Amino acid sequence: MALLGRTAAGLFWMFRYIERAENMARIVDAGLRLSLTNLTSGPEEWQSVLVSAGAEAAYRQKHAEFDPQSVIDFLIRDRDNPSSIRSSIDTARSNGRMVRTALTREVWETLNEAYLTLKARLERPVEEHELPQVIDLVKRQTALIRGAFYGTMLRNEIFDFCNLGAFVERADNTARILDVKYWVLLPTHSSVGSPLDSLQWASILRSVSAQRSYIWEYDAEYRPIEVIDFLILNRRMPRSLAYSCACILESLDFLARSHGFDADCHRTAQALNERMTQRSVTEIIDAGLHEFLGQFIVDNNRLASEIAESFNFYK
Amino acid sequence: MKPFDEMLLDGGGVRPAYQRFEDWFDRQDHAALIEKSTEAENVFRRTGITFNVYGQEEAAERLIPFDLVPRIISKGEWDRLAVGIEQRVWALNAFLADIYNEKEIIKAGIVPERLISGNEAYLPQMEGFRPPAGVYTHIIGTDIVRTAEDQFYVLEDNARTPSGVSYMLENRETMMQMFPELFAQNRVQPVETYPHDLRRSLAAVAPPACEGVPTVAILTPGIHNSAYYEHAFLADNMGVELIEGSDVVTMDGRVKMRTTAGYRTIDVLYRRVDDAFLDPLAFRPESVLGIPGIMDVYKRGGVTIANAPGTGISDDKAIYSYMPDIVEFYTGKPAILQNVPTWRCAEADSLAYVLEHLAELVVKEVHGSGGYGMLVGPAASKAEREVFAAKLREKPGNYIAQPTLSLSTVPILVDKGLAPRHVDLRPFVLVSDKIRIIPGGLTRVALKEGSLVVNSSQGGGTKDTWVLKD
Repeated sequence: MALLGRTAAGLFWMFRYIERAENMARIVDAGLRLSLTNLTSGPEEWQSVLVSAGAEAAYRQKHAEFDPQSVIDFLIRDRDNPSSIRSSIDTARSNGRMVRTALTREVWETLNEAYLTLKARLERPVEEHELPQVIDLVKRQTALIRGAFYGTMLRNEIFDFCNLGAFVERADNTARILDVKYWVLLPTHSSVGSPLDSLQWASILRSVSAQRSYIWEYDAEYRPIEVIDFLILNRRMPRSLAYSCACILESLDFLARSHGFDADCHRTAQALNERMTQRSVTEIIDAGLHEFLGQFIVDNNRLASEIAESFNFYK
Repeated sequence: MKPFDEMLLDGGGVRPAYQRFEDWFDRQDHAALIEKSTEAENVFRRTGITFNVYGQEEAAERLIPFDLVPRIISKGEWDRLAVGIEQRVWALNAFLADIYNEKEIIKAGIVPERLISGNEAYLPQMEGFRPPAGVYTHIIGTDIVRTAEDQFYVLEDNARTPSGVSYMLENRETMMQMFPELFAQNRVQPVETYPHDLRRSLAAVAPPACEGVPTVAILTPGIHNSAYYEHAFLADNMGVELIEGSDVVTMDGRVKMRTTAGYRTIDVLYRRVDDAFLDPLAFRPESVLGIPGIMDVYKRGGVTIANAPGTGISDDKAIYSYMPDIVEFYTGKPAILQNVPTWRCAEADSLAYVLEHLAELVVKEVHGSGGYGMLVGPAASKAEREVFAAKLREKPGNYIAQPTLSLSTVPILVDKGLAPRHVDLRPFVLVSDKIRIIPGGLTRVALKEGSLVVNSSQGGGTKDTWVLKD
């Protein structure tokens, strides 16, 4: 029996928001780490954290200064920010309630528990010294949901729509993190080995939880070109654009088979996937990293609307 | 007078149905039981078995407290009760078929015409139409109270969209998980087939246009509805789609839901949306919860709506007082289950009596539900009674009054042991090709000492309800 369009939409958004909450925790974590090193000047760094989080415009409507406490509070707890961790978990859970008949008991319960736990914790302000612990809590709660999801869900179209939401969101997030910092990765910028650059690169990797895996895959030395390769083209790196695109395409392939048709979104996903497999990192840099990322973000957004359109998400 | 205690005998000891339970209870460590109680609550919270409270902030999702002492009904007691319930439910359906068609009962002068045609719950759109298999009330929850060994009263016939069945099922599930040994020692009739029975029951009254295996769906107003948990729970356990109005269109004389692979026909719709919101083209035009055009499809035989629109007229509190006559009129036999004596405040004599005896009576709004807008005379302060008396004088037709019944009690678990609390009972009845009564139902319990109000919105809790096999 085919899924209700609204249910597919609910699953898609539930997983986008779970992913978003988790990414937000990582972005704040990386920002915090950088600000503790005293090497960088504060406000610009926090401003760029807001840009990575896609929340700068909303922030400016409420605040004039980029002081750490306000930025952190805005990204973690502010209900006026629809992408704050608190709002994201709220939205994920509302969507989850709406589609709960499509979820296993385990997935629903871990989501509900994440909501109850984080709601209780985020009701009161988070002091700076409590931040690491709160970030950890968010990561742990979302990991539990994902664990229940992979461990218990039947691999049918319900699974595919969840996956689509998670990977569209993740790709968007990784692309934005890179785009904000693309200049520190460009050869024209780098004075290779300066402490500031190493820190910036480490911070990029940290915001996608990939410092350790970078070392496994490449070398102990951070080289900008390899950081770019890792986050864009590496097909084994679970937060890279290439990996996300492959997962999106895989889910759409399954859906095309079960539905007996492939729609516009399928062709867009194929094109995005080709872009990740048929180019080298030098080609990307030569043609302009910023342009590449900007185009990716636009295309990824279009993909999301095409998915909604093709599968009757909305009336 | 001391209320009837369903477990404890006056001279000490317990009634036979509770004997095995008591033996077990005496062997338990009390502190451990209290701990189990908290554990059960945590499970409910994590599972999200909550209800939304109207009039509070939107985030208010509350738990219904669960008491782990079961209410136990013997087979004999239940069998007698079931016969009465079946008779009453049968009569309700006959009544609905009659007032929307021949109106014999009005012609016979038994129920006054004004109470029908002037009633908000009466839907002229249903006149002259017979729903598939002649079934109006596919699901009924009859509220029953007990005052003595053999004295049961029907308090209300919930013939619209009775809720609470998910609690009945979850309570049983919880008890079986916490105390499996109790179910090994007692032979308790199962309730867990309810979702399956409901699906079968609904599929058996598919509309004429249905081809092949009927597709059943549940229509919910959405996640902010107070009973949303139950809607999702039932859809899940029945294996049917849970839909909202925006998922559905009427097309080619059928009702169809929008899926990821196009439109799919729905044959039977178990709607948990009130009549007024069901179809903006037929009823309230501003409704966004309903399905435009569904009444038209319904009347042309393209879909079955359960319960049928317009069943509210039969559980209206003003009609309630006529139930004994209604039952007798259609079955030719006196009603087995009794009504609570009721004063219709619309009648001048009754109003005068009610105003004079406000301190002894329970006064209810004719169209109210959920324990809202009612006055429990003996529990109210003088000032509260005066405020209510003014309302009564202003719109007497809005109210009925009943004596304050001394509801039976069943013990609940408290820190010091067991303590009696007042209870009622809502058995669930499915009507289609036949009448199926689920043994037991939902027992609601007033957790406050001495309180008679069992509604969950007013601080009531629930209990697992056992009907023994022997």
